[in-house]
Amino acid sequence: MKQSAFTIIENKQLTDSILRLRLQGDTSAVTAPGQFVNVLLEGRFLRRPISVCDMEGDVLTLIYKVVGRGTEQLRAMVPGERLDLLTGLGNGYDLSAAGPNPLVIGGGVGVPPMYWLTKRLIAAGCRVTAVLGFNTADEIFYDDLFRALGAEVILTTADGSRGIRGFVTDALPGLSYSYYYACGPEPMLKAVWRAAQGSGQLSFEKRMGCGFGACMGCSCRTVTGSKRICREGPVLTKEEIRWDD
Amino acid sequence: MGRLNVTLCGIELDNPVIPASGTFGYGYEFAELYDINVLGTFSCKGTTLAPRFGNETPRITEAPAGMINAVGLQNPGVEQVIARELPRLKSVFRKPMMANVSGFSVEEYAAVCQKLDREPQVGWLEVNISCPNVHGGGMSFGTDPRQAAEVTRAVKAVTTKPVIMKLSPNVTDIAAVARACEEAGADGISLINTLMAMRIDLKTRRPILANTTGGLSGPAVFPVALRMVWQVARAVSIPVIGLGGVSSAEDVIEMMLAGATAVEIGAANLREPFICRDIIADLPRVMDRLGIDNLRDIIGGANQ
Repeated sequence: MKQSAFTIIENKQLTDSILRLRLQGDTSAVTAPGQFVNVLLEGRFLRRPISVCDMEGDVLTLIYKVVGRGTEQLRAMVPGERLDLLTGLGNGYDLSAAGPNPLVIGGGVGVPPMYWLTKRLIAAGCRVTAVLGFNTADEIFYDDLFRALGAEVILTTADGSRGIRGFVTDALPGLSYSYYYACGPEPMLKAVWRAAQGSGQLSFEKRMGCGFGACMGCSCRTVTGSKRICREGPVLTKEEIRWDD
Repeated sequence: MGRLNVTLCGIELDNPVIPASGTFGYGYEFAELYDINVLGTFSCKGTTLAPRFGNETPRITEAPAGMINAVGLQNPGVEQVIARELPRLKSVFRKPMMANVSGFSVEEYAAVCQKLDREPQVGWLEVNISCPNVHGGGMSFGTDPRQAAEVTRAVKAVTTKPVIMKLSPNVTDIAAVARACEEAGADGISLINTLMAMRIDLKTRRPILANTTGGLSGPAVFPVALRMVWQVARAVSIPVIGLGGVSSAEDVIEMMLAGATAVEIGAANLREPFICRDIIADLPRVMDRLGIDNLRDIIGGANQ
């Protein structure tokens, strides 16, 4: 983990409530797709955890959804302003398990970390299919960029306004894949965990205090004992996940 | 002695800065970030007899100038702390550490302290009778002077290490609880633990924390903590550790002026992981500006 100042080079609206932030700074602690950064905002006590969407040299891309006052404040920031970040947080995805044709599954703000993962998988020689789920056609972002990487993209929307009507799990029947990677809201992860074939890795989101393992705010039970989502996670393997309800 | 040195219950500290329990794990997470030997000492995660998962999540939410937590004393249990955490800590921290102890009965407090008493790495026992986030234990011992004294006596009977009783601010008369602990043999008092608080999600209209209530910490509580440190320091003659919202070298000095011999830093570690190291580095400069030669000279300075 590192703490350092990043300079905003872009803060661009992608949809009504989704923005892309591009930041320049010391990215040396960022080692794997699926990791996150923790962003300090003036006047807010707790940092905001945001997953890494892409990294190229000293430029980090983060995609965030405006959900409250903190992210509203972030939306108002402009290029040239600086942000204090903790970088290199969380374990990230393990690419070595992917096999020849992995499936990546992203739902809503779970889509961004799958972008860098897809890029890395394709660079490693995998044929990647990406199932990207959104609520409506208006909320879709980055599907074209996944295609530009060379992934086969399958879209789903809850209201059927584009792609398959329904959830990401409605796209799974008939697909064959060597392994899967998923990120999205917990109900989606649970549905994917039940529906997807074979093994995979799923990335979780929880309210965090510190983001680096000190406060035990984001603990969860797994079959191998208690884990901190911010430290031993956010990526858990299918086999270690335990659903308690 | 250097200008930052203080003596806490007979043990000399290089400086009065101590990361507070629950914000610093068992030390080695932070040892990856900086050399934690720069600290006065640190207080480890609250340790109980049996392992505890703690409360359900969400356990954390934000507040104006602070945060509310209801972690619920997640810890691996005292046996694992002795078998695993202390040996790991030894490789990165060569000073005496402060072992924070929690319990659900007088007997449990004593049993945990008795086990930790045998550990040479443990310098002080900080006995938490003030956790607001567990039921049937913790804070209930700290809200009644009689029970606080009972825990103090039970712990003192099983250890020769200095015993520091950590008090709850969720009481009417904190000085009375502190006096009861002193009379029962406590070697020091630390305060304040968190203030009971809650938040409600406006969309779901339900409490945000799974535990419904939690404990407020951060800069929001600093003036409350300072006032209570002031009151307790006037009421007892044993050393007082001040904590609650401390986040700068200036806050450390203010706490010491109120009567604190040493100062713990909690929530600030979670926002700024390097803050304890930075405060220690800042202290000499801030002391110069304020005309302070030695920190030990200012303890209780505002009480004179």
